[in-house]
Amino acid sequence: MKKNLLFVQGNEACVEAALYAGLEFFAGYPITPSTEIAELLSYRLPKKGGKFIQMEDEISSMCAIIGASLTGKKVMTATSGPGFSLKQEAIGFAVMTETPCVIVNVQRGGPSTGLPTSVSQGDIMQARWGTHGEHAIITLTASNNQDVFAMTVEAFNLSETFRSPVILLFDEVVAHTRERLIMPEPGEISVVKRLRTSVKEGTDYHPYLPREDGRLPMSDFGGVHRYNVTGLMHDMWGFPSDNPKIVYGLMHHLVDKIEGHTKEITRIKEFFIEDAEYLLISYGSSARTALHVVENRRARGEKVGLLEIQTLWPFPADTVRKRCASVNCVIVVEMNMGQILHEVKKAVDDPDKVFLANQINGSFITPTDILNILRIIQGKGS
Amino acid sequence: MPVRDYIRERFFPHIWCPGCGHGTVMGSMIRAIENLGIKKSDIVVVSGIGCSSRICGYLDFHTLHTIHGRALAFATGVKLSRPELTLIAPMGDGDAFAIGGNHLIHAARRNIDITAIIMNNSIYGMTGGQYSPLTGYGDFATTAPYGNIDRSFDVVKLAMGAGASFVARTTTYHVRSMIKILEKAITHKGFSVVDILSQCPTYFGRKNKLESAVDMLKYYKTHTIPIGSKEKEKNPDLIERGIFVQEKYPEYCAEYDKIIEKASKER
Ligand code: SF4
Repeated sequence: MKKNLLFVQGNEACVEAALYAGLEFFAGYPITPSTEIAELLSYRLPKKGGKFIQMEDEISSMCAIIGASLTGKKVMTATSGPGFSLKQEAIGFAVMTETPCVIVNVQRGGPSTGLPTSVSQGDIMQARWGTHGEHAIITLTASNNQDVFAMTVEAFNLSETFRSPVILLFDEVVAHTRERLIMPEPGEISVVKRLRTSVKEGTDYHPYLPREDGRLPMSDFGGVHRYNVTGLMHDMWGFPSDNPKIVYGLMHHLVDKIEGHTKEITRIKEFFIEDAEYLLISYGSSARTALHVVENRRARGEKVGLLEIQTLWPFPADTVRKRCASVNCVIVVEMNMGQILHEVKKAVDDPDKVFLANQINGSFITPTDILNILRIIQGKGS
Repeated sequence: MPVRDYIRERFFPHIWCPGCGHGTVMGSMIRAIENLGIKKSDIVVVSGIGCSSRICGYLDFHTLHTIHGRALAFATGVKLSRPELTLIAPMGDGDAFAIGGNHLIHAARRNIDITAIIMNNSIYGMTGGQYSPLTGYGDFATTAPYGNIDRSFDVVKLAMGAGASFVARTTTYHVRSMIKILEKAITHKGFSVVDILSQCPTYFGRKNKLESAVDMLKYYKTHTIPIGSKEKEKNPDLIERGIFVQEKYPEYCAEYDKIIEKASKER
């Protein structure tokens, strides 16, 4: 057996990837179905000199990782539905202060306590708009262990590159499915380091003055540059300001730095789409079922393809529009009442050809759930 | 270094009202740090939301002005990842004991080396004078027009009960002892809570017939006594000030270093 072949849960794949990406600090609070991430990191992090802390609640876990990130560490927290709701205000603080951090939300059935041990994809919109106020955010997802690994490393990389919180939106099936994971060798996947300022001690450092390329080099708390970080609108010094010109500029910077780089941030997988007449669009564990259906239909000669979206936010509207242009019908496969369906309808030229195949009862979506819709569309059903 | 070397003059004038006690707390904090000779780049000040929390912007340290009630949670992240830094968390009484009460008791329980400074004016100043968990029974506030029926916390007892290893109380009238207490709190290895009675003439004063900052300072002078004073027996309503607890308990970051040692030895 290859020495770097593991047989693990999705949550473990996430932990392996976070450590691969250089995670140094984790704060969390117990919640199903993400708890294994905290448990494993409490064991693994101190072995490499990193820090793990179980905080008094979900809110403080989010706050603690932001504090640690400002000292120059790579940080992460992990939670699930209700905990994700509690973290939202502090996620907004990370957006406003442009503090890199990674937030794992292993989705479970909601609203409220909902179905704590069942699968759901009901937090797509909460990931996008959970914190108050206009803002942009990056959200990634994955359907299998290998991709959980890749997307977790990606999450750390994007959060450093764009100085933004990045949400990893997994679900109960992905988190708890045990399957193989081939551990990449060190260096096999590139890891983005924190961009630090080259401004010398004694020279003015402007923490919130973007460089020409739009990036903002950081200076570690505890280092030579002392500056202010605030959740208020602020000027280039990080000092509170309500000057309309400054507010306008900051709002645009916060949104444009992400929305303006949608192409760069987009991760998408395509299966049999070149000649597809029917296109399934899916993500997370639902994409496993969708892929099964596609392979099955192809074996019968039907021209069905799959677009698996891994970057949910910013939504890759351009890519989706292009891929949907030449197909007869689009079926969005997800475990909610159509949260990505609406994004797809907005993106395509002809929204009337977009349909939904979903499951919302806490059970995992089955091929039959998709086939039933496909048959009706193909005119084979009633 | 002169006091002005510790402030960011660029950002003055400050937002505090004339007569507000918070400036006195800031001045004393700076003097304590100056006396201790701690390097400015070794100090991180973390605050929440409120009049008091605006202190961050004015101080020339690493400053983190966070969200309401959560200063200690952010400070815990900073301290645990860089234990060699000196962490100070100035908070208002609403910030620290209402919305942030949970973080305060848990930081105390962990005994993480952070100095929590409660700029206690018994009112929510920033939002215009609502009652806080430190507003006394019968006091008036914009949300207690008939008088407050909530019982207030005793900061000292609460901090002691939660396990803080250093607990003290002082007032903006007693500036010299405030500086001494802050010096001890900042150098104390563990979680320190310093309750500083700090006047808000604009809201608490106006609502409670303490017409001016001077009246409020006089009140602190006449209504507080050093710990153990005989006066207390005659008048139990007098508020004690001084150092109530100064104990050596295991400190959280030092304990975590032991975990790292243990974990790295294990294969
Ligand atoms: S409202 Fe009260 S606490 Fe706030 S600045 Fe004015 S006097 Fe100080």
